[in-house]
Amino acid sequence: MNPATIALRAGWSRGLIELRQSFTNGAELFSHFLWPGLMVAAMFFIRNTSFGSSGLLLGTLALPSILGMNASVGVISMSQQLTADREDGTLLRAKATPHGMPAYLIGKVISISGGLLADLVIFLVPAMLLVDGLEVGPGSWPTLAWVLALGLVATLPIGAVLGSVFTSARAQGLVQLPYLALIGISGIFYPITALPEWLQGIAQIFPIYWMGLGMRSALLPDSAVAIEIGESWRHLETVGVLGTWAVLGLLVAPVVLRRMARGESGSSVTARRERAMQRIG
Amino acid sequence: MTTSEKVVLHVDGLRMRYGSVDVLHDVTFEARTGEVLALLGPNGAGKTTTIEILEGFRTRSQGRVEVLGADPAHGDERWRARLGIVLQSWRDHGKWRVREFLAHLGTYYAAYSTPEIQRPWDPDELLDAVGLTEHADKKIRTLSGGQRRRLDVAIGLTGRPELLFLDEPTAAFDPHARHEFHDLVRAMAAAGETTILLTTHDLDEAEKLADRILVLNGGRIIADGTAAELARRIAGEDEVRWLRDGQRFVERTADSTTFARHLFARYGDDIYELEVHRASLEQTYLALVRQAESTPEVTR
Repeated sequence: MNPATIALRAGWSRGLIELRQSFTNGAELFSHFLWPGLMVAAMFFIRNTSFGSSGLLLGTLALPSILGMNASVGVISMSQQLTADREDGTLLRAKATPHGMPAYLIGKVISISGGLLADLVIFLVPAMLLVDGLEVGPGSWPTLAWVLALGLVATLPIGAVLGSVFTSARAQGLVQLPYLALIGISGIFYPITALPEWLQGIAQIFPIYWMGLGMRSALLPDSAVAIEIGESWRHLETVGVLGTWAVLGLLVAPVVLRRMARGESGSSVTARRERAMQRIG
Repeated sequence: MTTSEKVVLHVDGLRMRYGSVDVLHDVTFEARTGEVLALLGPNGAGKTTTIEILEGFRTRSQGRVEVLGADPAHGDERWRARLGIVLQSWRDHGKWRVREFLAHLGTYYAAYSTPEIQRPWDPDELLDAVGLTEHADKKIRTLSGGQRRRLDVAIGLTGRPELLFLDEPTAAFDPHARHEFHDLVRAMAAAGETTILLTTHDLDEAEKLADRILVLNGGRIIADGTAAELARRIAGEDEVRWLRDGQRFVERTADSTTFARHLFARYGDDIYELEVHRASLEQTYLALVRQAESTPEVTR
């Protein structure tokens, strides 16, 4: 067996085991349902509010947008899990095992994307029963699939970079704040065209807006395009921006990860733990 | 002395420097196949730094290091598959089940199986060897400290390593767990296939487990030999006690036998309750460390 095969196989089985674990323990199972549940509740309250004179309902607009937002959460999961795995020695274990690091990363990508996919279904099924005005045709699913796939490739490597750069669980909290702010300006719960242009400009730099837009293009009737920037679904631009993030992430992540892994040793794990204990004590 | 006895670990003039501070000065030693080597020293002596360099986790500043024929700074995956590593404390993979995790880790080693060394070690046999069979289906985080440590050793052994590193293996063990752990290491050593390098600050442990002890202090190896050789190295440490005229006497001497002979020759029947305490390894160790610390050019 060549090295790539060993790492791929081990990573694949690692990912599936971790995915299964996350659906067979109480706390994680709860969190799998909590976020989608909250989103469904939010949809319930805005389902009959219409947006301006467009005749579109906010709930209808929000459903695909939330789908896009939820898919982008991989940034946070990846970043948090990397930090946690550094703290408890999981990464060091990977380093001590032949092909351990690539297998670890492949496993993470699989378990996080798998969990995300499951969460999307958990949200989508009740939400679709709740909301009218979607237009789900044969073209919807392929569009949804490529936006999701490209979105994951754009966001997971950034998550890995953030997880490598911020070493403590506390610093991870700081990653979440700007992420939440970005959600606020990315046209998820309210159309982005209602925002001042400079905010629209910032939002369009980051993947969340484009993942939401892509999902709307998949699930909304063509007439809904009227409320988008430039009255277009801008698929080309979506591919451009998400693709740029993907290339950037895939170029930077291996370098940052390698540097981070090089610094891992028994004493660095112990030192970090001691610092963490001091904060608690 | 068998023909398979070859050098698996070769360290020559190893130096480690952080900024302007030298943590290791000119560390030199060797280990041969099947040997159990203890790196003994007080906290901060440089034990963990040494072992991390050998494991390939830390880049040395200077010196020649060869581990299983390769420089650990450039060891490839095939090289890594021949090593077993048990670090000071590990809390990873708490959600995994014991047997499940061993079986999973085994798959990483299967490609490196050879006719002589079958890799990986069967997880059930391994669990049996470390006495965790009844805990095979438990989640790792529910194990007690001693059980967790035995699992760590099992993990280190999964790939049937030719060289096993144990860093402070029994720190924070209760006496029972410690005893069991010592039995486990001795059983491995008796099989003779695995070379073991362990670090410890516990002299008793080094004496029980190791064929050879290296005393590391202030980043230097200050003694290298079997427990008996080390004890012999420091002369004048035997203690002789006796009673004469109802009075207790204590004398330290290099040659307690001659001393006792002279004592009897001089006082004959006046001597009662003679006790001769041979220099213990503990005294030797303390004397060595004290001696090294009082030598002015040795700095940390």
